[in-house]
Amino acid sequence: MNKSKEKFMAAVFFASALISILAVGLICVFLFVNGIPALFKIGTLEFLGGSQWSPMDQPAYYGILPMIVGSLYVTAGAIILGVPIGVLSSIFMAWICPPRLYKWIKPAVDLLAGIPSVVYGFFGIAIIVPLTGNSIVSASILLGIMILPTVISIAESALRATPRQYYEGALALGAGPYRSLFYVVLPAAKNGILAAVVLGIGRAIGETMAVIMVAGNQARMPVSLFKGVRTLTANIVIEMGYAADLHRGALIATGVVLFVFILIINISFSALVRKDRG
Amino acid sequence: MKNQKNFERIMGILTWGAAALTLGVLAFIIGFILFKGVPHLKPSLIAFSYNSENVSLMPGLISTILMTLLSLAISVPVGVFAAIYLTEYAKRGSKLVSLVRLTTETLSGIPSIIYGLFGLLFFVTYLGWGFSLLAGAFTLSIMILPLIMRSCEEAIHSVPDVLREGAFGLGAGKLRTILKIVLPSALPGIFAGIILAIGRIVGETAALIYTAGTVAQIPKSPLSSVRTLSVHMYALSGEGLHTNESYATAVVLLLVVVAINTLSAKIVKSIGVK
Repeated sequence: MNKSKEKFMAAVFFASALISILAVGLICVFLFVNGIPALFKIGTLEFLGGSQWSPMDQPAYYGILPMIVGSLYVTAGAIILGVPIGVLSSIFMAWICPPRLYKWIKPAVDLLAGIPSVVYGFFGIAIIVPLTGNSIVSASILLGIMILPTVISIAESALRATPRQYYEGALALGAGPYRSLFYVVLPAAKNGILAAVVLGIGRAIGETMAVIMVAGNQARMPVSLFKGVRTLTANIVIEMGYAADLHRGALIATGVVLFVFILIINISFSALVRKDRG
Repeated sequence: MKNQKNFERIMGILTWGAAALTLGVLAFIIGFILFKGVPHLKPSLIAFSYNSENVSLMPGLISTILMTLLSLAISVPVGVFAAIYLTEYAKRGSKLVSLVRLTTETLSGIPSIIYGLFGLLFFVTYLGWGFSLLAGAFTLSIMILPLIMRSCEEAIHSVPDVLREGAFGLGAGKLRTILKIVLPSALPGIFAGIILAIGRIVGETAALIYTAGTVAQIPKSPLSSVRTLSVHMYALSGEGLHTNESYATAVVLLLVVVAINTLSAKIVKSIGVK
C-alpha cells in the first residue's frame, strides 16, 4: 500500500518536472506551425527585408523591417540611458552605500521592478510624451527606466561576488577608493555586468504595453529620433485584434522573429553567466 | 596627485548621482500617480457593475483576484512537484535534469507578448476556450512556472540534510519525509516565490489581452471573458476619456504591488535568506 503510494507520487513529481519541457515544446510548435507558412507565402526576404507594412492595401505589403529597426532603436536607446545609470547605481549599492541607506534603496529597486508596465506607460503618457512626443526618444527613456531594476540587481550580485581583497589590494597600492572600484572591481565583474546588459536588452525588446503607449506606433522606417516608431511587440498587439488569414499569419511570424531574437539573447546570457562561474 | 583627487571626486558624484536618480525616478513615479489618483478614489469606482458612467474598477479587481487564484492553483502544485523531483529524486548531472533547467530558463526569458500569442493560438483557438478566464489563467500559469520552480528549489535546497536523515532514521519513507519534514521547513521560501508570482500576475497585460479578453464584467463562469485591473487601465488609457479614473485605478494597482513587495520582503527576512 505504502510502496505503491511512494511509486505513484514519484511518478507525479517526475511528470511535473516534464511540464516545462512540454511548455517550451508547445510554444515552439504553435508559433512555428502558425507563423512559418505565412513567412514562406510572403517570401522570407520580402518579409524580413521589406520596408513597407500595409496589410490592408491592395496589393498588401508585409515587410517588417520597420518594426525590426524600430525595436532595435528603442532597445539601443534604453541601453544607452539605462545601463550607465544602472551600473553606477549597482556599484553604489554593492560597495559604497552605508547599510542604513541600503535598507531603503534595495526595496526601492525591487518596487521599481514590481510596477506594472501599464503604470509605467501611463506615467510615460503624462510626463514624457508632453516633452518629447510619441517618439523613439520617449520610448527609450521609459524603457531605460524600466530596465533599471534588472540591470541593477544582476550587476549588483556580480559586483558583490568579486573578492574584497581585490579592492583592498588596490587601496594598498595607493589607488583611491573610486579608482579601485572602477579600475579593479568593475573589470573583475565584467562578465556579470555584461550579463546584466544582455538581460536588459531582453527586457527592453520584449516590453510591449508601455512602449505602445508612448512610441506612436507608425509602421514606417524611423525618420527621426523625435518621430514615432513601431516595435515588433507593438505590431502584434495593435493588429492581432482584427487580423485574418495571411495578415494574421504575418503577425504570428512577427512573433516568431521576436521569439528567435529572445532565444539568441537568452543563450548569450546563459553563456555569460556560465563563463562567470568559471 | 591632483588628477587622482579629481577622479575620485567626479566618480563619487556620478555614483551617488546615479543612485539618487534611480531613487528619484521611483519617488517621482509613485508621487505622481498618488497625487493624480488619490483625489479621484470615490465610491462609484467600486460599484459592482461597470458602465461608462461609473468606470467601476470592481469587476477588474474581482477578475484580477480570480485570475490570480486560478493561475496559482494550476502553477503552484506543478512548480512545487517539479522542484521536489529536481532536488530530491533526480540524479545529479542527468541529461533530463539539464534539459528541464534549460527549458525553465528559456521560459523565464520569454516576454509576455509571446505568452499571449501562444495562449491565443493554443488555449483560445486550438482548444476552443475562446477569450476566457481559463485561457488567461493557463497562459499565466506557464509564465510564472519558472519563478515558482526556482524559489521552491532554493527553499528545498536550504533545508538541512540532518532533518531528512533524522526522519529516515525514525523509519519514515522518502515520500513521508518530503511531505511532512522537508516541505514544511521550505514553506516560507515557497511563499516568497508565490508572492512574487502574484506580483507578476497582477501587473500583467500583454499576455492577457488576447487570452482573457477585455470585457469588463464579473465572470459568470471560467469561460467568461474578463478584464484584470492592468488590462482595465490599458483599455481606459486607449479610450482617453476617463483619465481621472485611470489614475485612481493606477493607485489601486500600485497599492497592491507595494503590499506584495512588503509582504515578500518580510517573509524573506523572517527566514533569513540573503
